Amino acid sequence: MFEQWIENAANFHKRRSGFQKGSVFNPTGYSQEVPPNRNPIVSEKILPSEKKKMDLCPLVKNILLLDSEGKRVAVKYYSDDWPTNSAKEAFEKAVFTKTQKTSARNEAEITMFDNYVVVYKFVQDLHFFVTGGENENEIILASVLQGFFDAVGLILRGSVDKREVLENLDLIFLCLDEIVDGGIVLETDADVIAGKVASHSMDDGAPFSEQTITQALATARERLTRSLLT
Amino acid sequence: MAQPLVKKDDDRDDEADYSPFLGIEKGAVLQEARVFNDPQLDPRRCSQVITKLLYLLNQGETFTKVEATEVFFAVTKLFQSKDIGLRRMVYVMIKELSPSADEVIIVTSSLMKDMTSKTDMYRANAIRVLCRITDGTLLTQIERYLKQAIVDKNPVVASAALVSGIHLLQTNPEIVKRWSNEVQEAVQSRAALVQFHALALLHQIRQNDRLAVNKLVSSLTKGSVRSPLAQCLLIRYTSQVIRESANTQAGDRPFYDFLEGCLRHKAEMVIFEAARAITELNGVTTRELTPAITVLQLFLSSSKPVLRFAAVRTLNKVAMTHPMAVTNCNIDMESLISDQNRSIATLAITTLLKTGNESSVDRLMKQITNFMSDIADEFKIVVVEAIRSLCLKFPLKHRSLMNFLSNILREEGGFDYKKAIVDSIVILIRDIPEAKETGLLHLCEFIEDCEFTYLSTQILHFLGIEGPKTSDPSKYIRYIYNRVHLENATVRAAAVSTLAKFGAMVDTLKPRIFVLLRRCLFDNDDEVRDRATLYLNTLGGDGAVVQTGEDVKEFLFGSLDIPLVNLENSLKNYEPSEESFDIYSVPREVKTQPLAEKKAPGKKPTGLGAPPAGPPSTVDAYEKLLFSIPEFANFGKLFKSSAPVELTEAETEYAVNVVKHIFDGHVVFQYNCTNTIPEQLLENVTVIVDASEAEEFAEVASKPLKSLPYDSPGQTFVAFEKPEGTPAIGKFSNMLRFIVKEVDPSTGEAEDDGVEDEYQLEELEVVAADYILKVGVSNFRNAWENMGADCERIDEYGLGPRESLAEAVNAVIDLLGMQPCEGTEVVPNNSRSHTCLLSGVYIGNVKVLVRLQFGLDGPKDVAMKLAVRSEDESVSDAIHEIVASG
Repeated sequence: MFEQWIENAANFHKRRSGFQKGSVFNPTGYSQEVPPNRNPIVSEKILPSEKKKMDLCPLVKNILLLDSEGKRVAVKYYSDDWPTNSAKEAFEKAVFTKTQKTSARNEAEITMFDNYVVVYKFVQDLHFFVTGGENENEIILASVLQGFFDAVGLILRGSVDKREVLENLDLIFLCLDEIVDGGIVLETDADVIAGKVASHSMDDGAPFSEQTITQALATARERLTRSLLT
Repeated sequence: MAQPLVKKDDDRDDEADYSPFLGIEKGAVLQEARVFNDPQLDPRRCSQVITKLLYLLNQGETFTKVEATEVFFAVTKLFQSKDIGLRRMVYVMIKELSPSADEVIIVTSSLMKDMTSKTDMYRANAIRVLCRITDGTLLTQIERYLKQAIVDKNPVVASAALVSGIHLLQTNPEIVKRWSNEVQEAVQSRAALVQFHALALLHQIRQNDRLAVNKLVSSLTKGSVRSPLAQCLLIRYTSQVIRESANTQAGDRPFYDFLEGCLRHKAEMVIFEAARAITELNGVTTRELTPAITVLQLFLSSSKPVLRFAAVRTLNKVAMTHPMAVTNCNIDMESLISDQNRSIATLAITTLLKTGNESSVDRLMKQITNFMSDIADEFKIVVVEAIRSLCLKFPLKHRSLMNFLSNILREEGGFDYKKAIVDSIVILIRDIPEAKETGLLHLCEFIEDCEFTYLSTQILHFLGIEGPKTSDPSKYIRYIYNRVHLENATVRAAAVSTLAKFGAMVDTLKPRIFVLLRRCLFDNDDEVRDRATLYLNTLGGDGAVVQTGEDVKEFLFGSLDIPLVNLENSLKNYEPSEESFDIYSVPREVKTQPLAEKKAPGKKPTGLGAPPAGPPSTVDAYEKLLFSIPEFANFGKLFKSSAPVELTEAETEYAVNVVKHIFDGHVVFQYNCTNTIPEQLLENVTVIVDASEAEEFAEVASKPLKSLPYDSPGQTFVAFEKPEGTPAIGKFSNMLRFIVKEVDPSTGEAEDDGVEDEYQLEELEVVAADYILKVGVSNFRNAWENMGADCERIDEYGLGPRESLAEAVNAVIDLLGMQPCEGTEVVPNNSRSHTCLLSGVYIGNVKVLVRLQFGLDGPKDVAMKLAVRSEDESVSDAIHEIVASG
């Protein structure tokens, strides 16, 4: 009797391990959370921590700057929702096509799709986007967008178009770096952002807080024109 | 004229395409990166190269491991330069390269030097970079500096340290938790963003300590938070505290005053955050909602699309639970129908459709009509679905709503949109009897000019079923016969079948139908001619008007009870000979096809014998399956099949669920088994049922499953006899018995010898609800009056203490297994009494209507008055019996 029981227990153990091997193949189709085109290892490693990581703190999922044909000018992703470059490109294409026909030149516009909230604003041949999760406070996202948009305007001294942006791409990258860090909003005040970006060509040792923004911008500008001539 | 225009475009494109990065190439840039190694560094040139590298990465280019390492080492050399601009690019570059642990060591000392530098900008950025790339061991070395940085007087440095702390908390919580004092000091900072970042970090450090969070919230809500972002965070934390302390009885909700106060904040993001938090409170009362709705209403007329969107999206959600609270905003909402932003307009429409009352429907429809023409199909589908549910809510308004649907059906639109409209009309026809005739006519008009073959055939099929039952079937004939002239072969064939159905059902129309069918004999398509010939013969088209036989009707209207795959195989195997093809020789058993099951049900254009439009009922599928098994063929008509009940825990080695099939005098358990072990093949699978706790049941048959391979579900059946027509109940314990064979996973071959094994399943119960069908009625009051009080039984019951009124209502609905009518299963929050209407069909096909009146008796006790009307008083008594013993 007892031996039989032991035998059964052993059997049970064998089956369990058998199942666990099989579970990778997902025989029942129950766990659909992982989309097929995603690398399961990556999402397993990062998703839970991201979920735990402040579901309460406002988070930015990405900031996109595209041209009038939807091509990438400068983008920054802060979320693992788009693990591959092709996933990113697909998202950019979808966002672009969806917003293309709207006019977002005066006020920032907003749309929602695939469970993301996207706020956007256009100027010349440039399209600015900020994406957040489904339940994000739309107005916080809009303030991030406005901060980015205005900071770029300050840095480029008002002549904002694709060509200017590409010629000052280093400043745009720095600008993105100053607005959001790992999804958390660092700064939304355009003056402060532009100030931090422009401060970077000043003499060594001088604290940037002592410089005025206009001074900083002027030096930045000068340095760039020089760099373009060489 | 066109020529110069195009040219101009080209010119502009050339100009637009100019870019400093034109023709940039990874290999060349990596070569250029050698300047980083020059003894005399040129900061400007180095900066340019880094920008190019960043550009490449940004465009999706990837570096191989070797390339990345090389670039990283080269970049580290640039720390020698004193140029601030270059240093900033170096920081960004290092973050992008995310170096491995052994590489990090190279830059650690440089970054630590920058971290203690006098330049604030160096310090802030070095902190961010270092924390991004570092691991735990290094963290203890720099902890001292980070703590200092948190309370640094420069806000940029403090924010950098705090944000890094938020990220590090995920990997090194025990270290970051030691910074609590400094973080707390930073919460009081005068700099807005520092306060925000400090609050976020502080909450995260304490998030698992509910008491500490509580204290944090109650001290901060007294008002020392200045930054709008920090205030938003505080609102979120406050709602969390409110949620978790939900069951403080009666009185005012803690912290509600704080939330309400935030509605008067000067920053829009705070106002909105607070308004949204209030609408999402558990069991929010109308009084609590009002101030939040008021500020959202103001946002509705804002000039900023983002504010309008945020407000209308929130109000849309509120409308689902508290439609009345939102009605105040209806006028503002209506003006949003013409909003430039279509997302806003669509949300406004669907909100209005949810809050609208019967009297406003007509006006609303007028406005929507203008709106529909200029939005995308995907939005239109949302609106169509909202209108469908509105129509089901107000059946009396079906005329104007149906008109609206038929109007938009005539306008331009893609397939999905048209299908959504047709589906809605079909559902309305089915659920609202009064809407049937107009609905059918609208569909007829639609197929006069329909470009989608699929929709045409579906509608023709539906017409064939519903049309003959109307008061004047002849008026549909013209529309149907027009199809025979004007359409492609598929639609023509469908039209011929529909004509035949009219002929079969309506004897007076028969001669005319014969004339039309004879004309179809000259069609140039084989299928159309064949069908016409077939129907002429089956209906007796030799001129004599005869009563249509039952078997003909069965042939025309019955469903094909043979799996199409099996039929196809049999037909392929059939060799032309003297002997004609015998349809009864086709095997009826559904072969297990794991792949086919996962696919969505096919949506091919269907001809004869296809299931009617609308979702195919699972009961039909079960019925077919059961009748294909000879042992069960004589059980009579299937009364009800339950939803599958799981008999195993999720993720066990064998997954088994059971479906209870109730017949008049029998019960059949269908065990759906899935083997989740790739290394095993199960054979001879049966379920051993112990019915000792179900006295009235006697096992009569059992059908084992021959083989159950991995991941390919199969069924085994056990049948019981029970007293005829009575709701016998009982408990059954189940044991899965089988022969298990090892399978070599690489070859998929099973060993010859197997071992007998058993596997314990959970118990299964047959309950009273299994004998009642959920059948709804569209107008409960009418049905109730018509039923009369002859067999009415009324009694009162005490249900004892209950969690809430809603919980009591759901418990009774589940117990009876009847269909709630007119949305009465939803109990409004905080109500102290509730009436719930149920309808169903009792075994023996007896209609039953139930009116339940619930009331709170004391703080928690629920009392219920149960009124039952049915066609048979013994059934009314039986319902009371169920409640009394439940």
